[in-house]
Amino acid sequence: MALKDKIADVFNEPGCDKNQAKSEKARKKGCSKPLVPGAAAGGCAFDGAKIALQPITDVAHLVHGPLACEGNGWDNRHAASSGPTLYRLGMTTDLSELDIVMGEGEKKLYRAVKEIASRYAPPAIFVYQTCVTALIGDDIEAVCKHASEKLGLPVIPVNAPGFAGSKNLGNKLAGETLLDYVIGTMEPEHEPGPTDINILGEYNLSGELWQVKPLFEALGIRIHACISGDARYREVASAHRASVNMMVCSAALINLARKMQERWDIPFFEGSFYGIADTSDALRQTARLLVSRGAPDDLVERTELLISREEARAWARIEPYRKRLAGKRVLLYTGGVKSWSVVSALQEIGMEIVGTSVRKSTEEDKARIETIMDDPHMYDAIPPRDMYRMLKDCEADIMLSGGRTQFIALKAKVPWLDINQERHFAYAGYDGMVELVRQLALAIHNPVWGHVRAPAPWDGEGRVSLAPPLRGEGQGEWQRQSRSQSAQPSEPLAAAPRVNPLPAPEAEARGEQDQPSRASKRRFAGHEAQDLGEC
Amino acid sequence: MSASHAANVAHPTKSLSVNPLKSSAPLGAAMAYLGVADSIPLFHGSQGCTAFALVLMVRHYKESIPIQTTAMNEVSTILGCADHVEEALLNLKARVKPRLIGICSTALVETRGEDMKGDLALVRERRKDELAGTKVVLASTPDFSGALEEGWSKAVTAMIDELVERPAVRTTRLKHVNILAGVHQTPADVGQIRDLVESFGLTPVILPDISGSLAGVVPDGWVPTSYGGVTLEEIAAMGASRLTIAIGEHMRAPAARLADLTGVPIEVLDRITGLSSVDRLVNLLSEISGQPVPARIRRRRDELVDVMLDAHFHLGGKRLAIAAEPDLLYALSATLGELGAETVVALTTGSSSPSLVKVPGPVAVGDLGDLERLAGEREADLFVTHSHGRQASERLGLPLMRAGFPIFDRLGAQHRLLAGYEGTRNLFIETANIFLAEHHAPTPAALAPLLTSTEDAHDHAPAQAH
Ligand code: SF4
Repeated sequence: MALKDKIADVFNEPGCDKNQAKSEKARKKGCSKPLVPGAAAGGCAFDGAKIALQPITDVAHLVHGPLACEGNGWDNRHAASSGPTLYRLGMTTDLSELDIVMGEGEKKLYRAVKEIASRYAPPAIFVYQTCVTALIGDDIEAVCKHASEKLGLPVIPVNAPGFAGSKNLGNKLAGETLLDYVIGTMEPEHEPGPTDINILGEYNLSGELWQVKPLFEALGIRIHACISGDARYREVASAHRASVNMMVCSAALINLARKMQERWDIPFFEGSFYGIADTSDALRQTARLLVSRGAPDDLVERTELLISREEARAWARIEPYRKRLAGKRVLLYTGGVKSWSVVSALQEIGMEIVGTSVRKSTEEDKARIETIMDDPHMYDAIPPRDMYRMLKDCEADIMLSGGRTQFIALKAKVPWLDINQERHFAYAGYDGMVELVRQLALAIHNPVWGHVRAPAPWDGEGRVSLAPPLRGEGQGEWQRQSRSQSAQPSEPLAAAPRVNPLPAPEAEARGEQDQPSRASKRRFAGHEAQDLGEC
Repeated sequence: MSASHAANVAHPTKSLSVNPLKSSAPLGAAMAYLGVADSIPLFHGSQGCTAFALVLMVRHYKESIPIQTTAMNEVSTILGCADHVEEALLNLKARVKPRLIGICSTALVETRGEDMKGDLALVRERRKDELAGTKVVLASTPDFSGALEEGWSKAVTAMIDELVERPAVRTTRLKHVNILAGVHQTPADVGQIRDLVESFGLTPVILPDISGSLAGVVPDGWVPTSYGGVTLEEIAAMGASRLTIAIGEHMRAPAARLADLTGVPIEVLDRITGLSSVDRLVNLLSEISGQPVPARIRRRRDELVDVMLDAHFHLGGKRLAIAAEPDLLYALSATLGELGAETVVALTTGSSSPSLVKVPGPVAVGDLGDLERLAGEREADLFVTHSHGRQASERLGLPLMRAGFPIFDRLGAQHRLLAGYEGTRNLFIETANIFLAEHHAPTPAALAPLLTSTEDAHDHAPAQAH
């Protein structure tokens, strides 16, 4: 299928409820909004395809194009491997001007593939198309086919050049690639069993797969293939032999899940490992589906036992943090992690979600958010300037987001926690939630906030003010507080409602903060913008 | 790519690059634009290139980095790009209100090939009113040609062309000195240069000045452009300065252009790390200012000399494997060579820089895959390259001293000082300390006379994996 048809096909995804709600015409246009020059952000389709496939650890990933695509982007994620490291090498044909002018691209690609095959002897080579090579018409499908025949190993074209669309489209095209060239081409190493599952859309970032794998194993459930975290080629190539598919990141690989059901009759469900209830739900659904496919009936019961034991253990470990986090306000700004799942988990420990982004959520996700939050503020995208103002105005005590918006929070001197792809901590499963809660408490209560919010003890011209800085008049509440950390909060401060949103850490650690009342809850209101720094 | 290759540089033709050493030219150009106050770089290409570049810069500088994109897609690439440039400029102007928009072209639009200069001139004319108060500069920086140095240098040349005033009657401001800083200077280096120049009573005009924008600033409000840097007014007046000092060979071309346009004499310093090289800069400043060298600077020199005496024990005879862009490669290998360390592997990103001739030892164009292989073959003791060298360092069990761009797995890349007496002192101390930390207590096996056949085997034996 030509790339154009492929794209039309993945956009016309019947498994996507967002898509099905659209008219025929709207559907044809695809899900990606047209990008606005000068006001766009985000990765390209190539980036998306690579995110989805690169975690396959024992294969070589070769990027065909000039330097930028791989040179600026390799080794930039923490998709962990329990064994092979070949996937971490950044391989590219690094086309020069001469290569492009002389039309040497395809030849160079073939030579590169050949060199990889002889130097590393991988079980397969994935070849990624990029913009320039697509523009000059390099036919990577033909080169890969030829190379496969000549070299006797699968050489797989990933035809998702950047300019075809967004990262999300790239995820989907990666799924298509697996369907076209990989899944179903090999038989599993082990005899397939009735409790074999695949997990789709889990990339083992920071090792998160390993936080949930033992839960499945404790139930006798084997993760046959994870697509693609910590995967081996053969596992993916024989994924068609599993009994059930769990799909983790909804928007990303829905086409893969649905087509595997069509082709190999593997039922799938959509789940998440973020949050306690969700982890339990994922285990429950897996068990139920497996039983429907012939696994022993007692699996359901054993799953419930495990769930109640693990949930109790997780809550017991979270308990000590509850007091320190209750009433704290969270701004959740993320596309990757299923928002509602984290929302419900944070609410369970008494935190208040003052806003959540639903950029990549489905209608169903949004509906769930509406049911669990009594006053939901859902955002598609918050312009950086507004986000900065919200944080500077102390409308949240912490922001959870990805690396791109990190410095908006930090420059506003507001705690921030990374929950996207570059994070260093693993937040999946029961243990992951405990870790997330711990990190939240550490971030919010770090003494650094008191120090950095205190202004320098001089004015704009460097004149040291005569009044002792501790009693500085006209400073914001938090500034005054941060300077009197050791002092007891004065009466008005302690009684003040939430106009005083960032109290001194000690005051709170002692639990002196009143629970916020509904009436005192502040809303985001862009038009109410106050002077920056005035909290 | 330039056809002129430096004499001692091997440039093997390869089909496969494993673990690239290069970052792209447009990224270098964007960095240069960020050294101008109230600016925003605009990548002309597809949005993905911008995202990769942005993420990489964020990881290095630990700062929010304002870079925008013309967001080309398949259709617009084939039909032509001018509309997207125009739309992007107008959008940026309306939303961000920068004083400078610095366009860096990417491989995609360069491959399509069109008259970007001409198109831009038309847009400027047509949108005169909307764009009033914002300068637009264009550098042609396809990814398939060169790396950071080329991109940075082209952007500086483009800014000189576009922004420096050329009055009919030339006046000279005797206290003003232009400094064309190279891409291998960190924000801390640039700060050091400023201090040096100012200590002679001179006023530096530094282009680009990333010390104002990327050194770590916490502004009071939301700033959607660069946080600081040289102002457009200062750039405009560069033609009136007394002298232009360019740092690194890749800054020769922009300096020459400035001289052509304005007649300001130029002085190219090939490096400002290393005792005699810093002496040369200090001499020059003293000469043009007519001031003696301040005591503070003389003390710094003394300290450096003392550190050199202490450190030479640990650097003498050490075998270095360095991979960096030409001017940084030269500065590091030559400076460390001054204490007896030998550069046994020198890899770089392009073959045309005159600096490469001065690198002690043979130089090759290569990637980090080559670095790893050659370091093993030539029994190197230390890797010197950017953070991507960590994989090779782990596999070979050799220490890695991080230098260049990107440095994303350590803090403080922007505060790392390698320029001047203090920077040189830092470099020697850091390098020596790595070897001190690597030092293993003697064991009978390591010292047994009959086990080794070559006389220097234990000097060269790769360190144990740790
Ligand atoms: S947009 Fe195109 S050229 Fe840019 S990184 Fe993505 S694939 Fe490469």
